[in-house]
Amino acid sequence: MERRSLTHSIVIYVAAIVLSLVILAPIFWLFVMSISPAANLTAKPLRWWPQSIDFSRYAALLSTVENSAGAAFTSSLRNSVVVSGLATAFAILLALPAGWAVSRTPSIGWSLGAVVGVYMLPPVALAVPLYLALSYLGLLNNVFGLALVYLTILAPFTTWLMKSGFDGIPREIEAAAMMDGAGLFATLRIVTLPLALPVMGVSALFAFLMAWDEFFYALLFTADQHAKTLTVAVADLAGGRISDYGLIAAAGVIAAMPPVILGLFMQRALISGLTNGSVKG
Amino acid sequence: MSGSWLTTRAWLLMLPLLMIIILVIGWPLVDTVALSFTDAKLLGEGSRFVGIDNYTKILSSSSFQKTLATTAWFAIISVAVEMVVGILAALLLNTQFHGRAFVRALMILPWALPTIVNATLWRLIYNPEYGALNAALTQLSLISGYRSWLGEPATAMTALIIADCWKNFPLVALIALAALQSVPRDVIAASLVDGASAWKRFRIVILPYIAGPLMVALVLRTIEAFKVFDIIWIMTRGGPANSTRTLSIMVYQEAFSFQRAGTGASLALLVTLIIAVLSLGYAALLRKSAGGKA
Repeated sequence: MERRSLTHSIVIYVAAIVLSLVILAPIFWLFVMSISPAANLTAKPLRWWPQSIDFSRYAALLSTVENSAGAAFTSSLRNSVVVSGLATAFAILLALPAGWAVSRTPSIGWSLGAVVGVYMLPPVALAVPLYLALSYLGLLNNVFGLALVYLTILAPFTTWLMKSGFDGIPREIEAAAMMDGAGLFATLRIVTLPLALPVMGVSALFAFLMAWDEFFYALLFTADQHAKTLTVAVADLAGGRISDYGLIAAAGVIAAMPPVILGLFMQRALISGLTNGSVKG
Repeated sequence: MSGSWLTTRAWLLMLPLLMIIILVIGWPLVDTVALSFTDAKLLGEGSRFVGIDNYTKILSSSSFQKTLATTAWFAIISVAVEMVVGILAALLLNTQFHGRAFVRALMILPWALPTIVNATLWRLIYNPEYGALNAALTQLSLISGYRSWLGEPATAMTALIIADCWKNFPLVALIALAALQSVPRDVIAASLVDGASAWKRFRIVILPYIAGPLMVALVLRTIEAFKVFDIIWIMTRGGPANSTRTLSIMVYQEAFSFQRAGTGASLALLVTLIIAVLSLGYAALLRKSAGGKA
């Protein structure tokens, strides 16, 4: 470690503190709003610290009493879990064979380029026909329909991640197993798949987070409790005529909880996934 | 095993993916192209073929030109700020100090926060009557009265860009940090011995190592910024007076609010074309920067 002058050290610590505050302050404020009594949030001058701590909004949002505000919110929570889970499972099932094939057969590598190219398409370019098709098939306002549409975003991405994962597994290991008389699928199942589990996990994690985050298609293709996802529910609250800002904040905290917890605990895996493609090329 | 069998087998394994891609992307895209030459309504039967009328109308309309300029402004400023702040944060996190692991862990938070939650949070912060920004600035005596940050054309776009940058600069920082860790220590040590200034050291010694990954971050962020919809929809819906209306918002309004599927499709394809041109331009740049380094 290089030696530093005192002023240099001070600059570094001040910068680190400023950076931490910039990141933490808005998130912390979201949480404070969610537990402050409503009167504190509309007080002038604003009360930065709640007079009493109030968790009632969480209870209200998570209540499952019929026809309550909570019922709509909990159903959107369930829909988000179902849609994100389904779409992730589909995406991984598609990405496994395709990623392996592209990794082991360079001559068809261009097809992956094409698949990743379509990932760049703006969703607005597909929205109208998808809307008409889902409507025709009776899949509007349906979790399966929405999960299917999410594959437009998830499948190219997971295939690309799986391909770079398979690239890291030497073919020689597969060749050795085949030499010992194992068939292709036995080899893949016994030898390759266990080695690919970590990258499969990272791909699934990314896919789940992307689906959880999605808003545009969910806004267009869902209408009520049957399929409306959490992002749309939060947007409804934020855009509605709710006078209690703490309730909106609490909904935001609940929606942010799963990705933030996953993000903090799976930090290494996420960062390796984020930087894998860009650093190694 | 022969080469052609291997290729056939590879295509067979790709088949499920390709079928799904054709179903949910290929066919809708073709259908959008077809729609874009008609005056179709979103609901209701009967549409007429109108040739390139939709396109000429859109391209010559002043609202399209203004929206394109708004989108470009949003993309250029927010991506530029994200790149500069992200690189500075990465340089900081690459030096040693107590608590570095903690600050690094914090960087994942804005990235993990759902875009909708981020937009909602900043909308609350900017609230004209009770928002934290107004309260803080008033209590510090920096402004004399509460302002409607998202309600005035003069401040709405800047307020949006700040919210977008807060969420996205950590991604640039994480990518830049990973790249910085690949710079060999002895290269930096040698430049220290040579007595190069900090800026010179960054530009000549460090930048060549991190240019490739930074280009990738730049490409991804620019394309995302040109497609921007969610954060604007939640915070301003394109207002006030269309001052924050970007191309994706305009397509949404045209196709779904006004139910003009035909012109909506033409507009969507123009957006796609702009993004494709950007992507290709960047791809060329990337190849050049990769060739220059390796």
